[in-house]
Amino acid sequence: MNAVAFGRALEQVTQVRGVRGAMLVSGQDGLVVAEQLMEGLRGPAVAALAASLSSRLSRAMGAAGLGIGQFWHLQCEGGALLVVPAASGLLVVAVADPEVNVGLVRLELLRAAEVAR
Amino acid sequence: MADDVRSLSAELAGDPQSLVFVRLGELLRQRRQFDAAARVALHGLERHPHLADAHDLYARILADQRDFERAFDEWDMTLRIAPQHTGALKGLAFLYFTVGDLAQAERHLEAARAAAPDDPSLEQAFLMIRGGAPPPAARAAEVDGGAAEPVQALPEARVFAGLEGANEGLLLLDSAGLVLGGALRSPGGEDVAVAVAAYLAGVSQEATRTAKLLGLGEWRGLAAEGPGGHIYLTLPAEDAMLLVVRERAVPLGRLAMLAQRAGQAARRWLERQR
Repeated sequence: MNAVAFGRALEQVTQVRGVRGAMLVSGQDGLVVAEQLMEGLRGPAVAALAASLSSRLSRAMGAAGLGIGQFWHLQCEGGALLVVPAASGLLVVAVADPEVNVGLVRLELLRAAEVAR
Repeated sequence: MADDVRSLSAELAGDPQSLVFVRLGELLRQRRQFDAAARVALHGLERHPHLADAHDLYARILADQRDFERAFDEWDMTLRIAPQHTGALKGLAFLYFTVGDLAQAERHLEAARAAAPDDPSLEQAFLMIRGGAPPPAARAAEVDGGAAEPVQALPEARVFAGLEGANEGLLLLDSAGLVLGGALRSPGGEDVAVAVAAYLAGVSQEATRTAKLLGLGEWRGLAAEGPGGHIYLTLPAEDAMLLVVRERAVPLGRLAMLAQRAGQAARRWLERQR
């Protein structure tokens, strides 16, 4: 997998109206692998927080017997964080406006996760 | 009544397009033959998907089976087809009452009264709501003034009494990750409430930190899909979390709606405890 393919996969995510940025994050250490973010978004912070929340959520879902999370969506007053874990251990992350089409972002994140597997 | 069922069944067999299925389904429901009633209602709905009375019938059957979430959807559909349908308005009033949303319950009863001012069962329903009496446990349709039978009150001590899946898949916990109410079992049947609650305390703290540091404001909900089911986590009060877990067949959007209803019940329960 190369940087060009990662970039293309993220571009598909950011083309969805309302998406402020997308990135590939190492799920294990929360480091940025690739990113396409609007100005003002702090990539390293988004990556670290997404990885940490993903890890805690995975533990809770595992304890509930539901398996490893395939998609999660944090809904906030001022926006949303959407994440799809890829098979490679990478996380595909999007930051979006509150009124974004979540279903469409989910689809693009899943496609990007296929590229990142 | 058995003769009526036989006669209506024969009539329906002779003319599968007949609307007699509504009467047949209702008779079976009154006899508490819910599986047979549901089959009749569903077959009828296949042939008459835009018949409001058919959706109302199916909603009553679901409510009798305590599947309140799906009953809500069916009555909601009834009103989309026929906005003045009194059966659906009264049914939804009942469901709102069961989750403690008295304002919505009263609003639906008012709408029913505007549509059917001479309906004597409405006064009884208003009295029940305004008096705060416990709702019937599994006889939603009796709000409609049918043949009343002794009914059993919902246990007030249960946080989610009256909600679909109240005994499993709804968990209320405090900010420290201790269980306040509800129950949660793994798909294998194991009681996992305490373990999951403990992990969720960390999830909630991390969600709060994430939303704050990313400048996204307060977080309102966290939805997640897993191969074994879907979850929705929300904050019904400042110091409490609510988890809803359902099988994968339940879409996340519907899960959010259920969480909203369960959150109302949780808030009322928390207020009573304080």
